[in-house]
This record gives sequence, structure tokens and C-alpha cells, in this order.
Amino acid sequence: MVNLIEMHNVSKTYAGTQALKNVDFAFERGVNHCLVGENGSGKSTLIKIMSGVVRPDPGAEIFFDGKMCQYLDAKSSLALGVRVIYQDLALFPNLTVKENIAFQLYGEKRMPFVNWREVTKRARAAMAALDLDLDLDRITGTLSIAEQQLVEIARSMISELKLLILDEPTASLTRKEVNALFKALGLLHERGVTMLFVSHKLNEVFEIAEKVSVLRDGNKVGEYLPGELDDEKLVYLMTGHQLTAEVPKPLKKGSGELLRVSSLSKAGNYRDISFNLMRGEILGITGLLGSGRTELALSIFGMNKPDSGDIYIEGKKAKINSNTAARALGIGLVPENRLTQGLVVQQSILDNLSLTVLDKLLNRGSLIDVGRRQEEANKWVNELSIKTASTDAAVKTLSGGNQQKIVLSKWLATEPKVLILDEPTVGIDVLAKSGVYELVKRLAEGGMGIILISDEIQEVLSNCHRVLVMQSGRIVHEFVPGKDSKKELLDRFNLS
Amino acid sequence: MKTQEKGIMVHSSVATGKRLRRFFAHTEFYMILVIIALIAVVTTISPRFLSGENLFSIALSSSYTGIFSIGFLFVLITGGLDISFLAVATVAQYLTAMVMVAHPQAPIWFVIALPLVLGVAMGAINTLLIHYLNAPSMIITIATQSIFYGLLQFATHGEWLYNFPDWFVHFPRILVLSFVNERGVKYGLSIIVVIWLAVALVASIILRHIKVGRRLYALGGNLEASHRAGIGILRYRFFAYCACGFTAGLGGLVHSFITQTVAPNTLVGNEFTVVAAVVLGGASIFGGTGSIGGSILGVAVIALITNALTIMKVPNYWHAVCIGGVVLLSMSITALSGRLAARGEKKINVE
Repeated sequence: MVNLIEMHNVSKTYAGTQALKNVDFAFERGVNHCLVGENGSGKSTLIKIMSGVVRPDPGAEIFFDGKMCQYLDAKSSLALGVRVIYQDLALFPNLTVKENIAFQLYGEKRMPFVNWREVTKRARAAMAALDLDLDLDRITGTLSIAEQQLVEIARSMISELKLLILDEPTASLTRKEVNALFKALGLLHERGVTMLFVSHKLNEVFEIAEKVSVLRDGNKVGEYLPGELDDEKLVYLMTGHQLTAEVPKPLKKGSGELLRVSSLSKAGNYRDISFNLMRGEILGITGLLGSGRTELALSIFGMNKPDSGDIYIEGKKAKINSNTAARALGIGLVPENRLTQGLVVQQSILDNLSLTVLDKLLNRGSLIDVGRRQEEANKWVNELSIKTASTDAAVKTLSGGNQQKIVLSKWLATEPKVLILDEPTVGIDVLAKSGVYELVKRLAEGGMGIILISDEIQEVLSNCHRVLVMQSGRIVHEFVPGKDSKKELLDRFNLS
Repeated sequence: MKTQEKGIMVHSSVATGKRLRRFFAHTEFYMILVIIALIAVVTTISPRFLSGENLFSIALSSSYTGIFSIGFLFVLITGGLDISFLAVATVAQYLTAMVMVAHPQAPIWFVIALPLVLGVAMGAINTLLIHYLNAPSMIITIATQSIFYGLLQFATHGEWLYNFPDWFVHFPRILVLSFVNERGVKYGLSIIVVIWLAVALVASIILRHIKVGRRLYALGGNLEASHRAGIGILRYRFFAYCACGFTAGLGGLVHSFITQTVAPNTLVGNEFTVVAAVVLGGASIFGGTGSIGGSILGVAVIALITNALTIMKVPNYWHAVCIGGVVLLSMSITALSGRLAARGEKKINVE
């Protein structure tokens, strides 16, 4: 048998909508596969079918290792050697590394006592197989995300592993960490483990993928070799649209200065930072994670007090001691991690949208004017074309792209003069991304000054008037994006 | 030794120094320091404090608090909160006392087993409600606390019970280790304290070395991950809440051994002492952490403070203020050290 898993005629219908439409899939044994598609293309459903979380509609045939079955349930999927590593890892942060790796063990035998020696031995063996050197007694929650991910991969090897499915494995990793991950996965590959990477964009996983399958709207578009694909082609296959990136329109002559930062320093964060931002300008700041860019953004927003240096707003020296002060001066910040810092995900769209402007929506009795609040929410839902049935829906029910739009509109509603966007497109799909870019440009044309922080070089290059490169807490380069900027940046600053 | 070339923090695996450092990082270590300091300070003020007689008596009078804290900790580790344990204890001890008063000839094993069975049964009711209503355990147990306690009040009209059988009066006077003081009075390690420590030992083994115990930590660490890993949530919740019911029943029994009178209103209302002890001992109110050793030390700190204040003739209402202050202080230390650690991590190497 060449194929480890073969699926024929797989459909899945959820409450009337078809998530998968008669797709056929075959994953060859020992090959690194990649499955790409936008949010809602059916890729999560496909993973869930393979891991036995959901059952396909009747009529499907699944061959695992040549054995035919109509569906897999969670137990049989595990028994067949399928393991899924989700983006939100399933570790126990309060337990040690070795217990996280080997905790399934003490269900194996009917022994009430935990055999700690066996746990240590098996955990060490799993670590050795991946050539990892983590402290087995460390509390898992104190590890970095990258290390935790490796712990979870080690866990999947405790019992027989045949198919390892990784959902966006590189999404929150730095390049160095990606290399460490790939090294571990390479060892698994040598052992003949079949791997399936799931992604919604062209990224690092293409470096080790040998075959790429594209899904769109529940249909399989086709199978490709990674070399055949580039950004543009992949976007076309995934969305069915040609996306053309437009560079921002040049600044109007005589645009005034909105923000000036002068010799700003903070020990352990950044040093001697000076730059300015004009009305209508989109200023990109790029640099690796830990270059001080987020810390700088927080300082401008009053949440990370600098040691020395000044900030001027429209020429006037500003004292920004708190985020309230920053808001009053017309500064908005869309944080990096929208789920924990930017949204109250259990609450409705309406509540989230009106959170920052409640004081503007008060009626004469200092109570919230419900009608105006609804109007305001409707306005932003239309303006940013947020896809939702109702403004009463909880934010967590929306896709990543739409959630990001909610965070954005929450701040737009405060009518800021300066808007800082920290990694605004992390975790959202290409179409939603281009929606965000378009919006950013439109806002700038309306006179807003925008600081766009991102470690995706292409993102700052094609959307900014000017780009600053930060490294180890300093601005090391400033330039206007041109043709060769990308290559130059990659070579000079080792940013990839 | 390899360094960070792989982009992963590589840790030295040389063991001894590491183990020592780990011990110093533990809550238990600080608790022991606090206890030593406490004893030293109070003894200089009032030498009577350090006498064996006083310490044994502190141990005896905190034994039921100690027993309650064990089951409470089990639930806390799973990420739950059981507020009903003192109501459960009261119901269990009261019904048992009623049986003893009505039938003084009731077999000893029955009198001992009855409160335990009642406790477990009420724990089971809590589990079923929490699991099937999928409601926050704190709310459910506040409700069951009121219901258990209210029904008892209604049925008994607050009547006090005493005049228990001889064996019930004599049992708690048994001393496992005994000494005689200068006035010729016997004192020593009560069998009640031994029961507490024995239950604590068993609980500690369960939490550290038995599958069930490790699963409780897993539940409290990440419920979603437990789900995905196929851990039977209901089974382990049953275990935790029934253990809490069991220790509530046992604690109720021990309380009536010590006081020799049972009234429906002596225990309920003192839940805070147990919560404070367990939290002082390093357990997180959000679940996933905590140890029996820590809880015992937590109970000890609170008992020592209360006793010291009594010896120094500080009025009763200041006791509560002091214990509240100690809990706040320990939370502040935790928060501060957390903040310091976060500051250490955030450093960027600015050239």
C-alpha cells in the first residue's frame, strides 16, 4: 500500500451548509503533505474526520492502511496512530514536561500507582527521538510556545505514531524556532511518519512539504508540488480571485506632522528612538520578535513608561502617562493578540464595538442610548463589511478576519489621529488580509497617521510610505519601499 | 553544554543543585520559614507558647480544619470550588449524633461510617449538579450549602445534642504519645491528630502517585486538553467532590469528638479559615496546583497565629483581621514575585 490514508466521496453537512463536497483525498505513506485553504474552506472539517471528532455524511469510504471503514471514531483514530496538534496546544501547563509527554501511559496498565521511573524513561526516549534537550522536570507552562509545541510533538510519539497532523505549526514561532521545529519533524520524517500540515497561507511549511492540496469552499481544487506555487498563484487557487496589491497613494504636499518621537529610551526595551509621522502617512516598523517594536508601540500608547525622551503630538509636547491619556490625545492601538488584549470574545459584536465609545453614546441622563449604540454598531459592520448574521452574535463565533475587523472598528470609532496596528493580519486569511490593507489605505487617505508593525516584510513593503527597521531595540534603517527592498532587507538584516 | 543555538532554551540537567533550588522555590519552604519566625517571635513575648502542651493542644484543635482542607484541596485542584463542605459536615455530624442519642447501643462501626457515607452522598449530589447543569461549582455549592443547612435547621429547630455513649466520650482522650506536666496532668499526641495525619498521608499519596490524583491536576490544568485526551471528566469530578464530602463527614465526626456537643450552627460560617489555609499553602484558586503538605502548613500558620493572639490576650475580632492580613500579604508576595519574573523575561538586549 502506497497510501496511508485514502478517502473517497467524503461530504459533511452542518445544519444545512456543506463544509465538504464529495472530496477524494490520498496521503502517501511517509510523505509530508500540506493542506491549504481559507478559513471556512473545509480543512478543519477534514482534520476532524481523520481524527474521529466528526463523522462524514453516509456514503464516504475511508481506507486507513488498506482497511476500509465508513468513518473513524476518536478511539479508533488514536489506535490507528493519528495525532493532531492544534494551534491552541492541548498541554497541561501546571504539570511537568515529562508528565505531559507520558500522561497517557498511566492509563495503559490497570495499575493505580504511577510508575514515575517508567514515565521518566519513556519521556526521555521521546525527547531523544526528536533530539530535544528540555528539562523533563520543568513546569510546562514556563516554557515558550515553541518549546511547548515540541513537548506536544514528543507526546504524540509515546504510542505508535503514523499520521501527525499539525494545524498552523509555524504561526507563532520565530524563524529560529521554526528551524528547531523542522529539525524535529525531519527526524520523524526519517522514521517514516506521514505528516500533514494545515495552513491558510504560503509560509514556512512549504519548505518541508512535498505535496500541496488546495481546498476552496469544500471542494478540492487540486494537488500541486510546492515548487509550482507562488504567493499569487496560491491566493488565486484558494480564493478564486486575483488579488492585486496597490501601493499607497503618495502623500499630499504640505501634510502636517502628526507625531514626533524624540530620543525615546527605556532600559531593557529600546534605545534612542526618533522618528516622525505625517498626516495621511502609513509608517511601517519591522524587525524580529523581540526587537523592541511592540514595547515602543506600548510606550507611545502610554502603557510602558519610557525612561527618557519626548513625544510630540501635532507639534505639542505630550505627556502620555496612561492609555486614557493616549486616547484623549487621539492615539489608538490595535494590539498584537486580539483574543486576549483586544476583544471580549464572549460578548456580542454590539458590546465590543461600543466599548471604547460608551461615553460618546450617553443620553442626557448619563445612561447609554441604546438606539444610537445600535446605529454605531451597524455603521461599522457595514463600513468594514463584517460578515455576521446579527450584531448580537458573540465575537467568538466569527472568523479570525472578522474578529480583527471588530478590533479595528472599535478603535476607529474613537476617531483617532494616530492609529498603531501591531501585527494586524496575524492568523487571518488572504482575502481578509487584503480587506485590512485596503481599509488602512483608505483611512490614511482620510488623513489618519498609521503605524503598521509587522514582521512580514512583504506586508510593510507593499502597504507603507516609509519603513523603519528595528533591531535589538534600535532603529537601524529607514527607507522608502522600492523594487529591491525585499532582497536588500533580507540580506542586510537577516529578517527571514 | 549546548547553548541556545537551536533556538530552544537548553537546560542543564545536573540534578542536585537543581533539586535544591526547586525546593527553595516552593511555597512549603517559605511556609516553614514563616512558622519558625512566628514561633520565635511569639515565644520571646510569651514563653508558654513553645511548651509541648500548648503545641499538642493547637494540633488537636486544628485537626478538623486540617481534615476539611484535604477534601477542599482535591476539589480546588480540579479547578472547582466546593463551598458546601461545612454544611455537609454539619448535616453528617448532626444526623450521626441523633442516631447516637436515640440508640446509645448503636454499633461503633456504624457511628463512624454513617457521617462518611452521608458526606460522600452529598458530594455525589454536588458532582451530578455541577456536571449535568454545567454550572460553576461555586454557585452550585453555595446553593447546596444553603439547602443542606436550611433543611437541617428546619428539621432540628436548632436543638443541641449531647450525652453521647461512653466510648464516644473516651475515644478522643486516647493519647498515642503521652507526657506528664509539672502539675501532674497528662498531655500528648491525641489519636485525633493521628487520624488527621493518616488521612493526609493517604491523600498525599493519592495526589502524587496514583493515577486518579494526577488526573485531578490534569483537569485543573487544562479541562479542554483533558477532554481531547479522552480523560473521563465526570469520573474524576466524582472522585474529587466525593473526597470533599468524605473529609467533610470525617471532619464533622472529629469535631463532635472534640466538642462532645453537636449544634447545627457551630461549623457553618467558618469556611474562610479552610480556604485561607489551603490558599496560603500554595494552592491556586484557579486549579491545577496545591499540595497536602502546603495545606497542612497553611492550617498550622493560621492555628499558630490564632493561638499566639489568644495567649497575648488580643481581643477575638482582631484574629480575623490578622488572618485576612496574612492572606493578603501572601497574595502580594506571589503577585510581586510574578511581576519580577515577568520583568526579567521581557528584557531585550539593547546594544
